[in-house]
Amino acid sequence: MELSAEVEGQISQWRRYVSSHPTVAGSDVEELEDHLRSQIDDLRDVGLDDGEAFLVAVKRMGRMDDMWREFASEHSDRLWKQLVLPSGHSSESATDQRGLIAAVGTAVAAGVATVALVNGIGTDFDSDPDGLIPRNIILVVLAFVAGFLAIKRQISGWPVVATAGAFIASFAATNLYPFSFVDGHTAALTAIHLPIMLWFFIGLIYVEGDWKNHDKRMDFIRFTGEVFVYYTLMALGGGVLLGVTGGAFAAIGLDPESLIFEVLLPGGAAAAAVVAVWLVEIKQGAIENIAPVLTRVFTPLFALIFAGFLATVLVTGRGVDNDPEVLILFDLILVVVLGLHLYSLSARQPGDEPGLFDYMQLALVVSALLIDMLVMFGILGRISEFGFSANKTAALGENLVLLVNLAVAAFLSLAFVRGARSWAKVERWQTTYVPVYPVWAAVVAFVFPFVFDFV
Amino acid sequence: MYRSSMPRSSRVNAGSEQQPVIGKDLVAASAVPLVLGILAEGESYGYAISKRVSELSDGRLDWADGMMYPLLHRLERLDYIEAEWRKPEDGGRRRKYYRLTAEGERALSDQHQQWAAVTEALAAVWDGVAKLGDGPAMGWS
Repeated sequence: MELSAEVEGQISQWRRYVSSHPTVAGSDVEELEDHLRSQIDDLRDVGLDDGEAFLVAVKRMGRMDDMWREFASEHSDRLWKQLVLPSGHSSESATDQRGLIAAVGTAVAAGVATVALVNGIGTDFDSDPDGLIPRNIILVVLAFVAGFLAIKRQISGWPVVATAGAFIASFAATNLYPFSFVDGHTAALTAIHLPIMLWFFIGLIYVEGDWKNHDKRMDFIRFTGEVFVYYTLMALGGGVLLGVTGGAFAAIGLDPESLIFEVLLPGGAAAAAVVAVWLVEIKQGAIENIAPVLTRVFTPLFALIFAGFLATVLVTGRGVDNDPEVLILFDLILVVVLGLHLYSLSARQPGDEPGLFDYMQLALVVSALLIDMLVMFGILGRISEFGFSANKTAALGENLVLLVNLAVAAFLSLAFVRGARSWAKVERWQTTYVPVYPVWAAVVAFVFPFVFDFV
Repeated sequence: MYRSSMPRSSRVNAGSEQQPVIGKDLVAASAVPLVLGILAEGESYGYAISKRVSELSDGRLDWADGMMYPLLHRLERLDYIEAEWRKPEDGGRRRKYYRLTAEGERALSDQHQQWAAVTEALAAVWDGVAKLGDGPAMGWS
């Protein structure tokens, strides 16, 4: 008793319509569809044709608005979108199951490997004066994240080979470069820039090798923001957990310090990285993309602070301090601004007209641009005073990378709010720019040590 | 099989001079004991339950079929019934089968008593109305 293809199509349309309400769960739709099909079968038994039977059956279902209202009052909890974790008896697909197994397996492996690294090579960091252990740990954790994504998405071929190559090169540079740790900076620069570069190789797996696709690049940007938010949330929860653990053991007269700092903290932090990636992968609107929400909250605040800061600089005539730490702080501020800009991009509806928020965005980007120039003057001042050093060159390069991005972004945003250019251009610029970051990070990580004689 | 649903579908066109459609409030009030009572006959699934309702009421209890499911889910949450997804023995689609629990049996017997009291009271009222209808006429004549 097969139904005609046309009616099958109508049924799947009806199913989509029914499930469009957030309080109707997947299994409810299946239950309702079974009802509809049973009714259709019975109606066909008395001689109606497929199409008529479908119409009568749908009519008998009643008004969907009424049903949705009943579902909403019975399942109001579902309006709070739940994180649907795959459970054995539900109708969730086998892909989720594989993801769950891969996630738990990889997270445990990452945790165990980290704990082994922390404890295996000497019981504390005193036996590792050069800080090689933490540098390797970060790489190991990222390798597990990359591996998890590759398993979860069943990626093989050149993206995996390229990423594996990047990891091998990173391990080699970290452990084999003859850094002068005592008075040099290149070791630290390499340690900071390798994870940045590797994250983009993880992105290569995330976009399944389709790195030329700008939509996929935007997805990766969103993914990065969500992973950051999830990881931060888990770190907060983990902090509470560790605090409670410490208190509980201290209460029975045991010192939990080594348990916490040598096992729970490193293992948990490593496992959480994999779990964060997994949660972002499976969450289906669970925490409706939170990065854009935070962006909305913080964009006006940052814009105000920056404007105030610039006004202060103009009024008092103070330049930016030349301390390297201060310059790095400003670099971080600019990264935050870029993040705010990116995540407001990622959440924007393409067709929207320019609004107040877009002017705020523009103000933010322009003020960041001006601050960036101030910082550039600071760095150039230091360079002319003391010559090029690895640190200053890296800071200068970072600033240039951000300056170019922000300058074009400011120009395009201005054109957009004046109606001269479409929003897509603003977005396109950011996705076009993405490869610049890993390339620059790779240059700093791999080439700078040679240029500056590993000092 | 289909006999029981036929009056429902035909009624849509046939008009309702003969069989007064039961009002919305009454439908809502009787829904719980009806569903629990039907499940007391044995486990069943949504479509079969709604066919049985219409069979028992001779098509006069008219619910939109979709409304059955939020109700079933509420009864499930209250632990009056329990559900299980499985394929029927004769093959075919996976279905959600509902079954009465001990808690549900208690609820059903409680409902039974309440409805008995209501019907008793109503019976007295209908008696009174009937007497009123004849009585005064005789009394005043």
